[in-house]
Amino acid sequence: MDGAAHTPVSLRARAEEAAAALPPLLMHAERLAATVMMGEHGRRRAGPGDAFWQYRPAQPGDARRSIDWRQSARGDDHFVREREWQAAQTLMLWVDDAASMRFAAGGRPSKLRRAQTLALALAALAVRAGERVGLAALPEPPRAGRAQLARMADALMEGGEAPDYGAPRPRVMPLGARAVFLSDFLGDPAPLRDALTRAADRGVEGVMLQVLDPEEEAFPYDGRTLFESMSGAIRFETLKAGALRDDYLGRLAARRAELRELARRTGWRVLVHRTDASAAAALLALHAALGPRR
Amino acid sequence: MSGLAFASPLLLLGLIALPILWFLLRAVPPAPIRRRFPGIVLLLGLRDDESQTATTPWWLLLLRMVALAAVIVGFAGPVLNPRAAGTGAGPLLVLMDASWASARDWDARTARVEALLRDAARDGRTAAVLPLTEPLPDEIPWQGAGAWVERLPAIAPRPWAPDYAGLADLDVGGAEVVWVSDGLDRPGRDALPARVIESARPIRALTPATFADGAIRLGALRLGDAAARDVALRAIGPGPSGAPAELGAATAAFAEGAARAEVEVDLPPELRNRVTRFEVAGERSAGAVTLADDALARREVALLTRAEEERDDLLDPLYYLRRALAPSADLIEGDLATLLPANPDVLVLADVATLAPGEAARVTDWVRDGGLLLRFAGPRLAASEVARDAEDPLLPVRLRAGGRTVGGALSWGEPKALRPFDPDGPFAGLSVPGDVAVTSQVVAQPDPSLSERVLAALEDGTPLVTRKPLGEGQVVLFHVTATGEWSSLPISGLFVEMLERLAVSTRPARPDDAELEGTTWTPRVVLDGFGQARDAGDRPGVPGEALADGAVGPDLPPGLYEGPARTLAVNVLGPDAALAPAAWPPGTPVEGLSTDAETDLMPWLLAAALILLAADAVASLWLGGRLRRGPVATAAAAALAATLLAVAPGALRAQEAAAAAPVPSAVALAYVRTGDPRVDEVSEAGLRGLSMILTQRTSVEPEAPRAVDLERDELAVLPMLYWPVTPDQPLPSTEAYDRLNRYLRGGGLIVFDTRDADLGGYGGGSPAARRLRDLAAPLDVPPLEPLPADHVLTRAFYLLQDFPGRHASRDVWVEAAPAAEAVEGMPFRNLNDGVTPVLIGGNDWAAAWAVDARGNPLLPVGAGYAGEQQREIAYRFGVNLVMHVLSGNYKSDQVHVPALLDRLGN
Repeated sequence: MDGAAHTPVSLRARAEEAAAALPPLLMHAERLAATVMMGEHGRRRAGPGDAFWQYRPAQPGDARRSIDWRQSARGDDHFVREREWQAAQTLMLWVDDAASMRFAAGGRPSKLRRAQTLALALAALAVRAGERVGLAALPEPPRAGRAQLARMADALMEGGEAPDYGAPRPRVMPLGARAVFLSDFLGDPAPLRDALTRAADRGVEGVMLQVLDPEEEAFPYDGRTLFESMSGAIRFETLKAGALRDDYLGRLAARRAELRELARRTGWRVLVHRTDASAAAALLALHAALGPRR
Repeated sequence: MSGLAFASPLLLLGLIALPILWFLLRAVPPAPIRRRFPGIVLLLGLRDDESQTATTPWWLLLLRMVALAAVIVGFAGPVLNPRAAGTGAGPLLVLMDASWASARDWDARTARVEALLRDAARDGRTAAVLPLTEPLPDEIPWQGAGAWVERLPAIAPRPWAPDYAGLADLDVGGAEVVWVSDGLDRPGRDALPARVIESARPIRALTPATFADGAIRLGALRLGDAAARDVALRAIGPGPSGAPAELGAATAAFAEGAARAEVEVDLPPELRNRVTRFEVAGERSAGAVTLADDALARREVALLTRAEEERDDLLDPLYYLRRALAPSADLIEGDLATLLPANPDVLVLADVATLAPGEAARVTDWVRDGGLLLRFAGPRLAASEVARDAEDPLLPVRLRAGGRTVGGALSWGEPKALRPFDPDGPFAGLSVPGDVAVTSQVVAQPDPSLSERVLAALEDGTPLVTRKPLGEGQVVLFHVTATGEWSSLPISGLFVEMLERLAVSTRPARPDDAELEGTTWTPRVVLDGFGQARDAGDRPGVPGEALADGAVGPDLPPGLYEGPARTLAVNVLGPDAALAPAAWPPGTPVEGLSTDAETDLMPWLLAAALILLAADAVASLWLGGRLRRGPVATAAAAALAATLLAVAPGALRAQEAAAAAPVPSAVALAYVRTGDPRVDEVSEAGLRGLSMILTQRTSVEPEAPRAVDLERDELAVLPMLYWPVTPDQPLPSTEAYDRLNRYLRGGGLIVFDTRDADLGGYGGGSPAARRLRDLAAPLDVPPLEPLPADHVLTRAFYLLQDFPGRHASRDVWVEAAPAAEAVEGMPFRNLNDGVTPVLIGGNDWAAAWAVDARGNPLLPVGAGYAGEQQREIAYRFGVNLVMHVLSGNYKSDQVHVPALLDRLGN
């Protein structure tokens, strides 16, 4: 998605345009998010935060105003009331909105639609946990709060011309943030490798969720077939599509192995989701993968 | 003659284009499917296996070629078994062997001849049809072929063989001669050069039945069928009700290649004596019928036994009689109470002097009805006082008291021998053996009538056997015992011969020529060509010589002939007849009878092409990978199935009909399905209309009418069966008739409607009436009478005097009522009969009752208001009819109500 297109006027116009589809998307995402139990995001050590952590004897250097006078009045020592460190995390999301993601077959939702739903559900979870959420397509820095959710939904729903295959935008992510890339990862792997390498450099770990249609995994075609890419730019003709199935599946497996190798080197994880499976299962898997660092 | 011809053979040249098409189709591979697919990047660079052809597979090509060839051949108009076009020029002479052998498929023959005549009429040719069983005319009656079509139904097969004698001299004047042959060999087949039409249907025939060794034997002949086959024969005779019924069945087992099979029919004597004819089941031909005459009937001889006496066998008065009669007659023994109801031909009283008065009267009645009472003398008779002073009705002569004994120890003279028999008497020609001697006898009183009653006498002139007629029967007395006690007669062969001559044991098989000479025989029943027995009417008598000759012909049609004291059967075939296939001069063209075999193959070929193309469509889809998804495959299969079903509607109908109709849970009117869809439709609509009226006006609320298939459906649950008669409906099978008869006996009612405003059956000449006669012949129908004015049908619900349907003929026939006197002052005769089993009329009631789905009349009746009035009366008749069926003679019984009330009041 082109950031230059984000003039306030066009953004508002597009938001209006997408408004019809936005509420169900948002609601669906929130319903999905509600199914996942929220955990504490505490750091299990004292730090800035709201929740009580412990009392400790005041030490030299502690500010006077940090002393908990009520507790200190009970004894001879001065105690300092420490709170648990509740540093908010940053979750960066990238949803591939290339033409290939708009493929849908057999009455199933398109890959893009599923990816958007999952992304927004993750964002809703994160916002509910008080995390900051950002979208790779948004030029603004990650923020917390429901307003950010609405903004993200707006941005996710942006349509328009798109290339056949997408690649993550080269964007600097906050240090130590978490990231989730949702794509079919069928395009050129080079930009992805660059993005992951840069993310690893900045200590960003995350999950690559490969969203595929079942037809892409099964290749149930036969007979003389003229295959076209979604935009029609790439064409490939075969006389017996059925004979190509094994080769195709081999190449798909090779691509997935390549992704895994890349993830292994950068500390990411790879998940695969098919659009005929339940979105909740994918969300749970994502949630678990994004859980506390091991 | 079978073959294939094309209406436009030039179109077949299109077949040449097929190879070109082959190459064209080969060159064009199946069109690709365009498919959007994101995974295409993974496919780039993959290569097809080159050997997997880029062209259409050969079998698909072949399929298309065959479909195309079918289309081309189909449009060329192929016709299977094309009717050979006549030579076309000059007059057409049709010779028909209208013999008994032609009757088996007479309709097909006349249809074929009619087709020939119609073709000739189209070409404006003159024609003539000569049935060769009729005398040949001096001059061929040339007429327009169309006129002959009209006359054709008047030609009927005759039960004798055609005569070819004058054929060679016939001046045909260059006409085209078509000979419709019956397929049997006869001299003279080469009299005229002709085109021959012969039926391939096998001929089956029967030779006369003879009785020997306790069983009836007859020969079954066949021609044109060499397979091993079992042919069913039926023995027909008057059943318990007097109507012809099947008394027995037999099977003629033809071995493979055999032309004759001997059949043995085993029947109980009572049934055997009743058999009037044997016939090949399902064969309509006089040759397949053989009539039975007296020769077949074994005499039933009743011996009166006295149970209280125990004697040695040789002293039993009946011992020698049994030995003499058993081989040739059926013996029954017992007392009079059991013997007389069996209605024996002969009753033997051996030394029985007196009978109880009641018994004597019954025996007398029985003799007067034609019985033969055979009495033997003996000690009891001699000692009794019977017929001393007055003649006993059961003894031929008066007897002197005591009898006499000659040649005994205490008497003078020698035992007496027999006097030679009177050459005019019944024993004429029997030789008297010298060792037959009489020692004792009862002696007749000399009476004026004595001499004419003596059949045999002793040397001295004393009567030995006397006879007197009594009513239609006769009484015979042997003046000796039936044992060896009084004479040696019973132990001589003469005794058997005398019994035979007296017609005690059996009648001679067939009178020989000498006996027949000078006699005259009156035909009683004659057969027509189809084997149907017809009353001979006032046919002239036939001299015995002709009978002796035995050659059936116009002067001697096969049938039953009544002569002095017996009947003789003249059958189509003699006992030694054999069937040989017709031998035509070499080079004679012989065609089959199949006029209807000309079948246009075009629809079938086009249908086949359609199916092939549908299969091609499915196969192409499958080849192209388009048949992957469920809905597409289902749709294709459905399309294919729809094509197939559209092509084979007949099979579908058959399946539909295979489901038997359910038994109704309430009263339902029913009609017989005739096979004519229009008639069935009107019947259905008519009964629907009547059911509607019944529901509106009466407490009878019938279900929807039912169509009845006589072969399968259960009849017992139906109160009434409406049977519209169409001229061409098929005859039900024997089983169906059995069930119909059961239905009638069980109180069912069949309404026959010939729908022709004509009198339904009797004397009516319409085709429907003729068909009705055929249909109703096997039914157990009682005597009929025109519906009398006081019949219960006239007042079962409405008071009616007319019974109109769409026609207003008054001729409606019902079961004849028993004779009952009309009582003065009573409007109705006192008739307490049941429901009439049949009602016959021709008023087309169903058409008057018929309503459409909305309840409006379907067909017009009459004109204006009078017509509507007639329809109303028709409905009322229908209501009366149903009321009559359901409530029987209830309204008849109503006449007793005043008397019953009167009695109750007291």
